[in-house]
Amino acid sequence: MYFDSLSAAMTMGGHGGYVWSAYAITFLVLGVVILRPILSSRRLRRDIRSELARKATVSGVSNAS
Amino acid sequence: MWRIVHQFGSPPWVYRFCERVIPWLLPITFTALVIGSLWGLLYAPTDYKQGDSYRIIYIHVPAAVVALAGYYVMAAAGLVSLVWKIKLADTAMRAAAPIGAAYTAIALITGAIWGKPTWGAWWVWDARITSMLILLFLYLGVIALFEAYENKAIAARACAVLSLVGTVNIPIIYKSVDWWYSLHQPASIKFTGPSAIDASMLYPLLGMIITFYALFAVLMMINLRDLLLDDHRSSAWLKKQLEA
Repeated sequence: MYFDSLSAAMTMGGHGGYVWSAYAITFLVLGVVILRPILSSRRLRRDIRSELARKATVSGVSNAS
Repeated sequence: MWRIVHQFGSPPWVYRFCERVIPWLLPITFTALVIGSLWGLLYAPTDYKQGDSYRIIYIHVPAAVVALAGYYVMAAAGLVSLVWKIKLADTAMRAAAPIGAAYTAIALITGAIWGKPTWGAWWVWDARITSMLILLFLYLGVIALFEAYENKAIAARACAVLSLVGTVNIPIIYKSVDWWYSLHQPASIKFTGPSAIDASMLYPLLGMIITFYALFAVLMMINLRDLLLDDHRSSAWLKKQLEA
C-alpha cells in the first residue's frame, strides 16, 4: 500500500472525503444500472413462464375431461 | 460473413448469446472494477501537485472516455435503424442510452468533486464541462423521447434522428480544451509521443479505461436481454427458450 496506515488512506491528507465519496457515488450509480435491468429481466421471465404454465394446465384439464 | 451479419440481426440468436455470456463476463468485469479502484485508491503514488485528490482520475477519465464512445454506439445503431430499418438496431440504441447517461453523470459528478479541492469550485461553466452536460441531456433526451411516443416505430425513428443530430457535440467535447481557454486540463495520455503521466499512474488508469469499456459491453448485453424479453414476450421462440 502507498499509505503508511489505514487512517492515512482514509484521510488522504485532507482529500479523503472527496476521493472516497467520488468512488462511493460511482459504485452506487453503476450498481443501479447493473441491477435494474437484471431484476426487470427476472420479473419478465417469471411472468412469461407462469403464463405458459397456466396455459399448459388449462389445456391439460380440457384434455382430461 | 453474411451469416454473422444475419445472426446479429436475429433476436433469438442475440438473446441466447447474452444469456450465455453475461454470467461469465459480469463477475469478471466487476472484479476488475474493484481491483482497479483499490489500485488507484491505495497503491498508485500521490501526485506531487494535486496531492491525493488526483485519485479521482481513475474513475473520472474512464467514465468520460467511455461515455463518448457509447455515444458512437448509440448513434451508429440509430443510423442502421434509419437506413436499413432493422428492429434490433432500435433495441441496441435503446440499450446504450441509459448506460451512456450513467457514465456521463459519473464523469460530471466525480469532476465536480475533483474540482472543489483543485479549482476551489464544484462547478464552472467551462467549455468541456458544459459540452459534457449537453451529452447527458442528449442521452436523457433519447430515453425520454422513446417513452413519449405511443407508436414505438415512430419513437425509434425520432430517437435515431436526435442521436444523429447530437453527434455534432462529440468533436466539440474533444476539442473544447484546445479551442477555448479552459480550467480543465488537457489529456495526459497521448497516442503519439510520450504521455505526460508516469507508468505507475498510467497502468492503473489504462486498466480502468479497459474495465469501463468491458462493463459497457456487459451492460449492453444485460439491457439488450431485458428489452428483448419485453418486446418478444408473445414470440414463439422466446416461449420455447424459456420452457427449455
